Amino acid sequence: MLKVRELRVSYGGIAAVKSIDLDVADGELVCLIGCNGAGKTSTLKALARILPAHGEIRYRGDDIVHWPAHRLIGEGIALVPEGRGVFARLSVAENLAMGAYCREDKAEIASDLARVFDLLPRLKERAAQLAGTLSGGEQQMLAIGRALMGRPKLLLLDEPSMGLAPIMVQKVFEVVRSVAAEGMTILLVEQNAKLALSVSTRGYVMESGCITMADSAAMLLDNPKVRDAYLGGE
Amino acid sequence: MDTFIQQIINGLVLGSIYALVALGYTMVYGILGLINFAHGEVVMVGALTALSIVKVLSGSGLPGPVVALLGLMGAVPVCMALGFTIERVAYRPLRNAPRLAPLITAIGVSIVLQQLMMLGWGSTYLSFPQLFSAQPHSLMGASINDLQIMIICVAGAMMVGLVLLMQKTRIGRAMRATAENPAMASLMGVNVNRIISFTFVIGSALAAVAGLMVSANYSIAHYSMGFMLGLKAFTAAVLGGIGNLAGAMLGGVLLGLIESLGSGYISDLTGGVLGSNYRDVFAFFVLILVLVLRPSGLMGERVSERA
Repeated sequence: MLKVRELRVSYGGIAAVKSIDLDVADGELVCLIGCNGAGKTSTLKALARILPAHGEIRYRGDDIVHWPAHRLIGEGIALVPEGRGVFARLSVAENLAMGAYCREDKAEIASDLARVFDLLPRLKERAAQLAGTLSGGEQQMLAIGRALMGRPKLLLLDEPSMGLAPIMVQKVFEVVRSVAAEGMTILLVEQNAKLALSVSTRGYVMESGCITMADSAAMLLDNPKVRDAYLGGE
Repeated sequence: MDTFIQQIINGLVLGSIYALVALGYTMVYGILGLINFAHGEVVMVGALTALSIVKVLSGSGLPGPVVALLGLMGAVPVCMALGFTIERVAYRPLRNAPRLAPLITAIGVSIVLQQLMMLGWGSTYLSFPQLFSAQPHSLMGASINDLQIMIICVAGAMMVGLVLLMQKTRIGRAMRATAENPAMASLMGVNVNRIISFTFVIGSALAAVAGLMVSANYSIAHYSMGFMLGLKAFTAAVLGGIGNLAGAMLGGVLLGLIESLGSGYISDLTGGVLGSNYRDVFAFFVLILVLVLRPSGLMGERVSERA
């Protein structure tokens, strides 16, 4: 599905991502873990084409590295950004409608909306409310629901646990797990390594712009280096 | 009492025009954070285009309102194309430049448009033919004519139309989303450049209508008429809270009322020292007061995104 080769991202001469390779196969849930500032979010933003990048990003065979961002969702790539990025002055229902902006199939949109409300019942209760009045956890749910409304084939999730209460983090990850169980291909960026590895099939560890480890999630969870650095030495 | 009602009517007419122009300022600001100081000139181009069409047709025996409508049908597309071109040529190349650059460019565009129109239409005041019956209707001791009724109704209808466009349509939703977060909107598949062009086109269409209204109302058009009108409409947008559509409408109508009532009573209040020719003072007095007391404007509060 996704094949990244020698991806480089820099901010005014400072390299944030230094030539990384990364693969995500159909139906996989792959996580990218690492500390703050390791370059995880920059990687994801580059994949979503909202940050200029060099190298090769092959999505289902096409090199998308120079595509404009607005073309991605139509081709099946959706990003749930760090900090949610919901439209605060639009209602919850309008945010979800924005997720389906590129689609014309009204009946299918309605059935997808019903599915999203099924998965995230809180959104249904608050459909008429402005998104800016939701709690952080509800906004995260909305951001995921909005991305699903585009009926993506590849979902890029950036730090879905950030800034949420532990109970909310659990709920968000339950949603991630059930979306993955339906066969969605997901690339998950997370600081909470233990949680991320527990839902993933494979994982990459990123350190100061480079990928330093790549393995199955189970192996990474057992790896002493990973345990020391990211899992609190348990 | 007669004066009061009369000035309210005059104020509503003037305010409707200000509101239409203020909407153009506020829509562009909402999406780009740019004060398009050339917007007043778009109004002027609309007025002069309409004037030329109306002059040709006014001898043809067609009824006045039809001539006015045909004038609009010429002026609106011309202004739409002008607004589109201004954004493409002058602002888009500066999208990521420091904020001062597009602001200065806007003033440059404004000067260029004034001079071009002066070359074509001359530098003298041009009289605008009378298209509506001047016979006034009496209303609560004051008078109102057909043109004034038309201005208020058409401006009102256009504002309702704009609100419906923004709130009920797919493109309106995309415009609001883009105004709030362009990067996120593009991830939804919104072509942000297209939305920005569309915003300029819609604002310019409103400006064209306002141009015909203002020149018909004062029976005059002139290559430099857009400057003062633009500044006043900008004031109206700031008064209402720039970036806020309802604010621009409210600010426009309020500013029209303030200016009319102020110029109606200034002579009495100052014992005849200052006359109604000081009417322009009020707009800028309002602008200073707003900037000092409530810089975000009357409706400028925003729902903040919770972290």
